Amino acid sequence: MSDAPRFASMFKPAGGVDQTILSEQAHLVASINRRGLLRGAVSLGALTMLTGCDVSNDEQVRGVLKRVSAWNDRVQTTLFDPNKLAPTYSEAEVLKPPRYNAYYPIDKVKPVDRTVWRLELTGLVSDKRPWNVSQFAAMPQEEWIIRHVCVEGWDYVGQWSGVNLRVFLEKIGADTTAAYVNFRCADGYTSSIDMPTALHPQTILATKYARETLADPFGAPLRLRTATKLGFKNPKWITGLEVSNTRGGGYWEDRGYNWFSGL
Amino acid sequence: MHWTNAVAVLMMIASGWRIWNNDPIFPAIEFPVTWTLGGEPALTYRLHGDAGFGNALLWHFAFMWLLVLNGLAYLAYGVVTGRFRRMLWPIRPADLVATIKDALRFKLGHDDVTMYNAVQKVLYVGVMAALVVIVAAGLAIWKPVQLHWLTALFGGFQGARLVHFLAMSAIVAFLVVHVALALLVPRTLLAMVTGGPSVPARRLPASLHTVPGE
Repeated sequence: MSDAPRFASMFKPAGGVDQTILSEQAHLVASINRRGLLRGAVSLGALTMLTGCDVSNDEQVRGVLKRVSAWNDRVQTTLFDPNKLAPTYSEAEVLKPPRYNAYYPIDKVKPVDRTVWRLELTGLVSDKRPWNVSQFAAMPQEEWIIRHVCVEGWDYVGQWSGVNLRVFLEKIGADTTAAYVNFRCADGYTSSIDMPTALHPQTILATKYARETLADPFGAPLRLRTATKLGFKNPKWITGLEVSNTRGGGYWEDRGYNWFSGL
Repeated sequence: MHWTNAVAVLMMIASGWRIWNNDPIFPAIEFPVTWTLGGEPALTYRLHGDAGFGNALLWHFAFMWLLVLNGLAYLAYGVVTGRFRRMLWPIRPADLVATIKDALRFKLGHDDVTMYNAVQKVLYVGVMAALVVIVAAGLAIWKPVQLHWLTALFGGFQGARLVHFLAMSAIVAFLVVHVALALLVPRTLLAMVTGGPSVPARRLPASLHTVPGE
């Protein structure tokens, strides 16, 4: 590094680069020897080409890939336009019934008893009293006919109605400046979304599909439907909602799927 | 830039095949797992609770950056330095016919590996176009809401997936021919690794002779 004056770059943080990380990792940097690095790189390449297997489960490799995935979260946060609406479709295009998907087959679905079901509210919410089915039915309802896109590659047009999530969050006195809305479900599934997506006009807590009360396999009595996320970011059979500045993770997210997964 | 691209393309193909296997457009086509990137299914499931699809997604969405950034740098370099115009242009139908005739009579010249014949020009331009298309279709699949105009351009989400697959097929077909022919003329590989060919008598076009009096 030279001491020559440098031109200010728009890519450089204004206060200079934080040196603490470098000094903390100095011993690590010092321990890197060039020959070892080269040998590692070559064997990594060889492994990739020869087996294509073990390298995916090498914890160091996976750590780097997950860091890139975290970077992709940031890129997608920037790309996300909170005012842009997803395309909507006509009722004639709606798939009935919707396509079932969960981390277990449809015959393993455990129906939730809607008479005793409650939505627990936690975190940065002023009114934490749990909600029941009739309270959701008493709220203003809205409907969206939107495309469901699965991370696997399939898709279908669905007709969902229920309570707008922004309206609900305002009703329970949620801190909408918080960063995340975390969900947990009756089947142990979890997921979490960023607040801008939670406040998007096409994000609802759905109770109906094609104007009929939601059926058990599709998340009854309450599930999330957002037009701007992949399918797995739409938890079903929701039993708990938390508003937080701590990201709650998620079932597939913890298994390596990209967290933001915005469409 | 060529070798960076080679690594990026191979990694994208290997991880993409694993992603394809999870929900193939044509169920008859399934790629052997050992040729894919994502991990041995049983081991990966034991370690991460997912049989390798998640790993394949991690690879695919990491190496896309290498592919795109290296590709943009390559295209900019090719245009700015005039390399594309010099090496790949013009492509005349008559030259194409002549090259094919030469090839069929085993009379293709390889004296100067810095000169491309007409078939090479068509294939190189073609594979670059396929790479541009595959990236555009990939963006349409990744962002069908934020870039819904682009997705619509491909005839919707499934249309974009189909184009993404067909472009991959074209790139793989090119790779098979490209690698086989490069191995037949090993001198090209030497030039690619060392960074410059040894050409006995440079036959420069007259316009490039800049030394006065020559």
